[in-house]
Amino acid sequence: MDLKTKALTKSIWVFHFAAASCNNCDIEILDALTPKFDLERFGILLVGSIRHADVILATGAISHKAAVRLKRLYEQAPQPCLVVAVGSCACSMCIFRDSYNMAGPFDGLVPVHAYIPGCPPKPEAIIMGVVKLIKALRKG
Amino acid sequence: MAKTLFYFIVFPGFLFTALIGLLVSWIDRKVTARVQWRVGPPILQPFYDFVKLLGKETIAPQAGSKLTFLFSPIFGLAAATVVSTILWLVMISPEKTFLGDLIVVIYLLTIPSISIIIGGFASGNPLASLGASREMKMVLAYELPFILAVFTPVIKAQGIIRLGDLLQYQWANSIFLNSWSGFIAFVVAIICMQAKLALVPFDIPEAETEIIAGPYIEYSGAPLALHKLTRWMMLFVVPMFLVVMFMGGILFSGWHILWGILKYVLLLVIIILIRNTNPRLRIDQAIKFFWGPMTILAVIGVILAFLGI
Repeated sequence: MDLKTKALTKSIWVFHFAAASCNNCDIEILDALTPKFDLERFGILLVGSIRHADVILATGAISHKAAVRLKRLYEQAPQPCLVVAVGSCACSMCIFRDSYNMAGPFDGLVPVHAYIPGCPPKPEAIIMGVVKLIKALRKG
Repeated sequence: MAKTLFYFIVFPGFLFTALIGLLVSWIDRKVTARVQWRVGPPILQPFYDFVKLLGKETIAPQAGSKLTFLFSPIFGLAAATVVSTILWLVMISPEKTFLGDLIVVIYLLTIPSISIIIGGFASGNPLASLGASREMKMVLAYELPFILAVFTPVIKAQGIIRLGDLLQYQWANSIFLNSWSGFIAFVVAIICMQAKLALVPFDIPEAETEIIAGPYIEYSGAPLALHKLTRWMMLFVVPMFLVVMFMGGILFSGWHILWGILKYVLLLVIIILIRNTNPRLRIDQAIKFFWGPMTILAVIGVILAFLGI
């Protein structure tokens, strides 16, 4: 493992992308970033600008309008940038599958590197997902 | 020639200041975490952040001016390096001072803010322009009381504007903080320092909850790393400047070195505590605060210094 990968896994700045979800996953993501779980221990920070992001935390079932914005955001992010789908809607569309206004699951639009199922997933599950992502990155 | 290069690149200059800057920013984050009852990041965290940013892709926005956008972080970094070199050389050997180096240092301390303004305007992003214009207003607001506060010791020392002579004056007599005028000027300078470092309650230019990251919004990769490094170095350089001006600097002999470092740590803890116990001000409130109460306080300090109190 070279220094570049090690630095990336030790300092993950996340960008929160909420695509028309019911807001529950977003609340759980914010919970995961509170002092109780203290993700800064692992160097994980929430950033506001996509240009600073290493990981996009994407939630919600994606509509045709949000799909355009997701693709643009992914193109704006500096590489290497990873995408994590948080929640059942983001992973598999959940109850919105086959809806007339849905643009398809996340992995049909941008490459997704980790899936965190749950409706909504607990903060512990989100941290677990990020840890698995870091382990996969270290293996290469 | 080789000695000068060594001064600028290795010892009091770039490498030394950058390393201490990384350490100091870790202390800042760790103490903040402890205040919020958290564990906080490991000691190498700023180093990992810096290396990671160097390894990321650099994007220059199409709407902006690419050359200005990419070069602006270098101005800030160079200015912080030069200030640190001047301050430490003067502390190690006070006879290395030159006429008016105090004025040079005051000018150079403004340049990191100006590099942020240039970078923000060059990025062609409306939020970055908004942040840069706020930064410009902040510079206009805090410079007046800051310069008045810095000139109070100069008046007390009968018009010495060499940093080395100011230090020797303090070592021969007492430090400027021991007098009423010096104390008032020191309080004003601490609050102006908070604004100079763009920390809460004066982090108005990059208010991440309203204008995301302000001037930094379009930066990614290596230029962002340089901007961050400049900020961390300033967290070391600006308090050091106040230590030299008001608290007699660091005397390099025996126990005095430890005592000098303690002075800096005291200032750092004050900065961190102010940062953790205050909400953010609006830009108009900040300007009113600096041009009103702070300037009046600084003028009182100057008058007291003229009276010799």
